[in-house]
Amino acid sequence: MNRGPTATLLRPVESLGRVSLDFVESLGRFGLFLGQAAVWTFIPPFKVLQLLQRIHFIGFRSLSIIVLTGAFTGMVLGLQVFITLSRFGSEAFLGPAVALSLIRELGPVLAALMVTGRAGSALTAEIGIMRITEQIDALTVMALNPMRYLIVPVIVAGLLTFPLLTAIFDVVGIYGGFLVGVKLLGLSQGTYFGEMQTFVDMSDIMTGFWKSLSFGVIVTWVCAYKGYHTGHGAEGVSRATTEAVVLSSVLILVWDYFLGSVLP
Amino acid sequence: MIRVESLQKAFGDQRVLQGVTLEVQTGEIMIVIGRSGGGKSVFLRHLLGLLRPDAGRIWVDEVDITELRGRALDRVRERYGVVFQGGALFDSMTVFDNIAFPLREKKRSLGPSEIRDRTEEKLAQVGLSGAGHKFPDEISGGMRKRAAIARALVTEPEIVFFDEPTTGLDPVLVNAIHHLILDLHRKFRFTAVMVSHEIPEIFEIAQRVAMLHDGVIVEVGEPKVIQESANPLIQQFIQGQIEGPIRAT
Repeated sequence: MNRGPTATLLRPVESLGRVSLDFVESLGRFGLFLGQAAVWTFIPPFKVLQLLQRIHFIGFRSLSIIVLTGAFTGMVLGLQVFITLSRFGSEAFLGPAVALSLIRELGPVLAALMVTGRAGSALTAEIGIMRITEQIDALTVMALNPMRYLIVPVIVAGLLTFPLLTAIFDVVGIYGGFLVGVKLLGLSQGTYFGEMQTFVDMSDIMTGFWKSLSFGVIVTWVCAYKGYHTGHGAEGVSRATTEAVVLSSVLILVWDYFLGSVLP
Repeated sequence: MIRVESLQKAFGDQRVLQGVTLEVQTGEIMIVIGRSGGGKSVFLRHLLGLLRPDAGRIWVDEVDITELRGRALDRVRERYGVVFQGGALFDSMTVFDNIAFPLREKKRSLGPSEIRDRTEEKLAQVGLSGAGHKFPDEISGGMRKRAAIARALVTEPEIVFFDEPTTGLDPVLVNAIHHLILDLHRKFRFTAVMVSHEIPEIFEIAQRVAMLHDGVIVEVGEPKVIQESANPLIQQFIQGQIEGPIRAT
């Protein structure tokens, strides 16, 4: 059908409008999803077993990757910061420099990115497969709320495990920096830890804590949402998994900047 | 009784249901037949409350479920058992745990030994004794369908929905599953709504058959009535002819 030149000219505007509306609508669904999960978190019966399984999956099974990446991040920091500080004769500040970098920034961000890659993608795929094989529908028609069974345990587990994993990442990283700075490069152990006690205060630790807590919600929320609203077939699950990892990673970095600006 | 009145549903430009009207009597086996992709599963999903119609109403006994949500809809669903097309067994659980799951979650007054006994009884009824410890991906397609039937019936629901329960099975298994459904229906007297295109096997177990075509029910009746229908559309479908009013696309 010929719609005339005006209609042809308006088509890009129409498309832009449609894309904008779809975007706003999906943002609404995204927010509603978290809101529903928050409500169901406080409505009994609580799914303790499912929560423990998720804590095990997200937390315990991420330990090895967290320890490994934490150690090497601390070692790289120890080496690079030592080289830089030695140019100014300020090697004594290696401890606080490593600790502050890890506690305030690198610990929460890198731990969250690692868990996104290891557990977040798997969560999206698992929930997505449950969606396309009608397992979520089966829960629904059994009058058992899938939010309560599938989503709430994931998000609560994220809230509990991310700060703990970040703490482990920080501690291992600080010891990684110690290994390079003190054991390899000859800085005194007392200086490394002593200066750290002087310069790192509670507000730094709390900044890292709030970041890791919010990353826990962001990663589990995004990954659970993408799995829950996955498309059709294997391709749908694969796309949902990719989108979940990309969106989680981007949101971690954006939110990190935002929190870094507002927190002391 | 389930009563559906002028049910309409479209996905974008595609009008899948264009005014489905149907009554399913309490205790009967109603089988909805129709072409693949003809909207049978969409129709069933409306009865389950998984989809909302664009127009029309659905009553389950005296309850209008069309607009129901949340707890009110769940109260109706508590009377349901559902066998999904692919079984929809939870793949992280064994067959035994899949069947015990509705009892553990919905019949909280039952103790562990009672749950075990009822689950094992149901496993035996569907011929799966001894397979309870296996995971869904360790058993055959026919066994998965049986397990799904056992899970749907373990809470002794009043209404059971079957979404193509024999798709992808060989003829012997199709007959075995149909006879299993018939035996269980005789035993528990549930109301059954099944969508299927297993012709002519379904005529042996249905008490009434409804033909869904182009988004409407074109004829409802006892199997004999449908088999002898003068409607060329029904004759073409049940005889599987290429030529006729249904275009083979």
